[in-house]
Amino acid sequence: MEKCYLMTAVVLLGLTVRWTVSLNSYSGAGKPPMFGDYEAQRHWQEITINLPIKQWYFNGSDNNLQYWGLDYPPLTAYHSLLCAYVAKFINPDWIALHTSRGYESQAHKLFMRATVLIADLLIYIPAVVLYCCCLKEISTKKKIANALCILLYPGLILIDYGHFQYNSVSLGFALWGVLGVSYDWDLLGSLAFCLAINYKQMELYHSLPFFCFLLGKCFKKGLKGKGFVLLIKLACTVVASFILCWLPFFTEREQTLQVLRRLFPVDRGLFEDKVANIWCTFSVFLKIRDILPHHIQLMISFCFTFLSLLPACIKLTLHPSPRGFRFTLVSCALSFFLFSFQVHEKSILLVSLPVCLVLREIPFMSTWFLLVSTFSMLPLLLKDELLMPSVVTVIAFFIACATSFSIFEKTSEEELQLKSFSISVRKYFPCFTFLPRIIQHLFLISVITMVLLTLMTVTLDPPQKLPDLFSVLVCFVSCLNFLFFLVYFNIIIMWDSKNGRNQKKIN
Amino acid sequence: MAALGVATGGGNWFSALALGVTLLKCLLIPTYHSTDFEVHRNWLAITHSLPISQWYYEATSEWTLDYPPFFAWFEYALSHVAKYFDQEMLNVRNLNYCSSRTLLFQRFSVIFTDTLFVYAVHECCKCIDGKKAGRELTEKPKFILSVLLLWNFGLLIVDHIHFQYNGFLSGLMLLSIARLFQKRHMEGAFLFAVLLHFKHIYLYVAPAYGVYLLRSYCFTANKPDGSIRWNSFSFLRLISLGLIVFLVSALSLGPFLALNQLPQVFSRLFPFKRGLCHAYWAPNFWALYSALDKVLSVIGLELKFLDPSKIPKASMTSGLVQQFQHTVLPSVTPLATLICTLIAILPSIFCLWFKPQGPRGFLRCLILCALSSFMFGWHVHEKAILLAVLPMSLLSVGKAGDASIFLILTTTGHYSLFPLLFTAPEKKNLFLIGWKLSTSLAWGLWKSSVNLYSLSPLGS
Repeated sequence: MEKCYLMTAVVLLGLTVRWTVSLNSYSGAGKPPMFGDYEAQRHWQEITINLPIKQWYFNGSDNNLQYWGLDYPPLTAYHSLLCAYVAKFINPDWIALHTSRGYESQAHKLFMRATVLIADLLIYIPAVVLYCCCLKEISTKKKIANALCILLYPGLILIDYGHFQYNSVSLGFALWGVLGVSYDWDLLGSLAFCLAINYKQMELYHSLPFFCFLLGKCFKKGLKGKGFVLLIKLACTVVASFILCWLPFFTEREQTLQVLRRLFPVDRGLFEDKVANIWCTFSVFLKIRDILPHHIQLMISFCFTFLSLLPACIKLTLHPSPRGFRFTLVSCALSFFLFSFQVHEKSILLVSLPVCLVLREIPFMSTWFLLVSTFSMLPLLLKDELLMPSVVTVIAFFIACATSFSIFEKTSEEELQLKSFSISVRKYFPCFTFLPRIIQHLFLISVITMVLLTLMTVTLDPPQKLPDLFSVLVCFVSCLNFLFFLVYFNIIIMWDSKNGRNQKKIN
Repeated sequence: MAALGVATGGGNWFSALALGVTLLKCLLIPTYHSTDFEVHRNWLAITHSLPISQWYYEATSEWTLDYPPFFAWFEYALSHVAKYFDQEMLNVRNLNYCSSRTLLFQRFSVIFTDTLFVYAVHECCKCIDGKKAGRELTEKPKFILSVLLLWNFGLLIVDHIHFQYNGFLSGLMLLSIARLFQKRHMEGAFLFAVLLHFKHIYLYVAPAYGVYLLRSYCFTANKPDGSIRWNSFSFLRLISLGLIVFLVSALSLGPFLALNQLPQVFSRLFPFKRGLCHAYWAPNFWALYSALDKVLSVIGLELKFLDPSKIPKASMTSGLVQQFQHTVLPSVTPLATLICTLIAILPSIFCLWFKPQGPRGFLRCLILCALSSFMFGWHVHEKAILLAVLPMSLLSVGKAGDASIFLILTTTGHYSLFPLLFTAPEKKNLFLIGWKLSTSLAWGLWKSSVNLYSLSPLGS
C-alpha cells in the first residue's frame, strides 16, 4: 500500500519535472527557414495526414525531402499520423498542406508537448515502474529510490521535453523488450523490441545483445529440442512484427528500397556536426573524412565497431544471464556510439537507458556516466536555450542519486564490481591495490572539467579563429570519458563470469 | 570523497527536501506570472526612485503601495540588488516592464527569501514530538511535516507561479509559532509584531496571539483545575510585551507619523472601497451569499417579483474589483463583516482564555481565527487560505483527527487556488498540480493511517 503511494509520488514528481522543462524553448524556435526538430515532427504530421502512404518517403512536389523528409521507420510515421488526426480535430491549420510550414503558436506548442507527455506516460514510465518493482533482493525503499533516479535522468527529459523528440517511445519499447526477455517472456520481449526498432532505427544499437542473449537461451535449452522450438518462435515473431509494420511498404520493391535509403543515409559521411565519438575527436588531429574514400571509412567504422563489441557478445551467447545482458547492452551501445557511422549526439541516450538499468548494481559509476552523457549534449542544449533547466535537472539528479544510493560510500573494489579483475591483475602485480582511489580521483577531475567547461562555454566567447572551440572541447572530454567507460564495462563483463566459473570449480 | 559521503549519505533528508524544492522553484521560473509581478516591480521602482514621503502617495501605476512600511523597506533593500540586474525596472514610468533579467531577478528574490521559510520549518520540526514514531524515515512526523510545509503546493502556486512573497512571511509566522512552542514568548511576540508590519493580513490571527500571550504568559501560573489565578499576573511581562509591540510599530510607522501621513497610509492599507468580494471570489461565506442573491434575483425576475429597472447594473461576477449592492438580500457593510468575524472567533477565544491548553491550544485558536476571518472577512483573497493551511500542517502530524481535517482543508484550499493559474500551459500544469494534490491526498491518507496506528492522540 505504502509502496503504491510512494511510487505514485515519484511518478508525479517525474511528470512535474518533465512538464516544467517543457515550458521552455524547443529546437528551432523562431528560426526560419529550417527551424528544428519540432518543426520536423509537425511537418511529418502534415505529410502523413495529407498524402497517401506511397508518397511519404518519396520526393515529390508535395513532399520535399530536403525540408525534413521522413527518415525514421514506419512506426514513427504512423504515430505522426495519429497525432495529426488529433491535431486536425483541434485546429486543422496546424497540419494544412504547405501553408502550415513553420507554424508556431502557444496552443500548438501545448499540443505538441502534450503528445510527448502522453506517449511517455503510456510507454516509457510504466516500463520504468514495472522494472523497478520487479527488482529482486532489495527493499521497497530502494526500489522506489531507483525509480526516482531513472525518472529524473536529465538527458532524456531535456531532449524529449526541451529539444523536442519522441525518444521515450523507442526507449520505452526497448525497455519493455528488456523486461520481457529478462523474465523469460521471450516472445513478448522480442515483439516489443521489434516495435522499438521499427520506431527508430538507432535501436539497432541494442539489437546484437538481444540477439546474442536469445540465441544463448536457445543454446542452453538445447538446439535439438526446446531451444530449436524457441528459435523458430522468435524468428516468426520478429518476421511477423516487421511485416506488420512495413506492410504498406512491401507492396513494391522500390518502396522498400526508398525507405531503407532514407533510414540509412550511407552517403552522408562518417559524422555530421560535433559528436562525442572517436571519429569526430580524431578528426581534430587528422581529417579522416577528407583523406579516406567513402567506402574505406565505412569499412573502418564497421571493423572497429564490431571488434570492440565482439568479446562481450560472444560471452553473452555462451553464458546468457539477465545481468550479463544488461551490461552487454551498455557496452554494445557504447561501442556503436563511439565507432559507428553517422552518429548523432542524441544517440547517447541509447547508452544511457541500459546504464539506468544497472544503476542499482554500480551506482557510483552509473551516476558518473549519466552525468557525462548529459554534459556531452551541452552544445545542443545551449543552442536550444535550455541552460537553466539543464543545470537544475542535473543537480536534482545528482542529489537524488547521491542520497538514494550513498554513492560516495560505494567506491570499494567490491562495490565497483572490479574485485575479480583486481585479483587477476594482482597475480602479476601484487601492489595493484590503488584502483578505487584512482577512480575516485578520475571522477573528481572529470566533474571539475565538466563544470569548468560549462562555465566557460556560457560566459566566454570563443576566439575568432576557432569558433567551435568549446563544442570541440566538450566532445573531446566526453569522448575520453566514454572510452574509459567502454573499457570499464568490458572489464566487468569479461571478468564477471570468470569469477562465476571459479566459484563453481571451488564448489 | 569521505566528506562528500558524509554530507550526502548521512541521511540528511531535510537538506535534500529543501534543495529539491528549491530546484523545482528554479524550474518554475518561465511559468506564467500574474499582475502581482508588475505590482512588485512597481514597488521596487517606487521605493528606489522616490523619497519616503512619496511612497504612499505615488499613483502613476494603478498598483499603489498597499502593504505596511516594513515591506516597503524590504522592497527598498531588494531594489539595491535589482539595479545590478536591470536598471530599467526601477523606473516608475516603465509600466509593465518585463525583461528577461527582471523576471530572473524577481523570481530569484522569491526563491532566495524562502530561506527564512526553510529555517522556520526546521525550527517547527524541533517542536514536534517524534518519540512515538516508527523507524522508517517516511513515518517520522518530522519528515512528514517537512514535506507538507516545504513542498506545500499552495505556496508553490501562489509564490512561484502567480508571484508573491508569502514564503518568507509564512516563515516569520511559523517561526513565531515555533518560538511560542519553545516557551520563548518574547521572541515570538517580537516576530509576530514584525510580521504584522510586513503584511497586515496577519491581523486575522492577531486575536489568538493577544489572548494567548495575555493568558498564558502574563498570568504566570494556573490554579490546579486550570482556571485563571488572578494574583499571578505579572505586570513586568505585560509591560515588556507592550514595549516590544510599541517599539516595532514605532520603527515602522514612526517616519510616517512624523510626516503626518498616517491617515494616507491607513487608507492605502485598508481600502474598503474595493468591494465585498475580490475579482476572483474567495470561497467564503460572502461568495455563497452573493451567489444566493444572484439566484434569487434571477428567480425574482423570472417570476416578475422584481422590477428590472431597479436592478443595479454592476455585476459581482464581472471579474472587476468594485463596490456592489446586493439585489434581493441586504447589502453587506464592512462593519457587518467585522461583527460576523468576531462572533465566529469568539468560541475559540473563550476556550483559549478559560481553558488554555498550552501552545497546541494556541495553534488551534490561531487556525480558527484565520479560517473565520477568511470566511467572513471583507475583500478576502483566495490566497488567504494559506494562512490556515500552513499552521494546520503543524497540528495534523499530531493527531489522527486533525490529519483528516487537514486533508479536507488542504485539498479544497489548494483546489480553490486554481483560478490563479491563468494560461493554457499553466492549466495543463494545473492538471499536474491536481495530480500532485492527489499525492498530498495520498500523503494525508497514509499519514493519518500511520497516526492511527503508531501515535496515540497527544494529550493536548
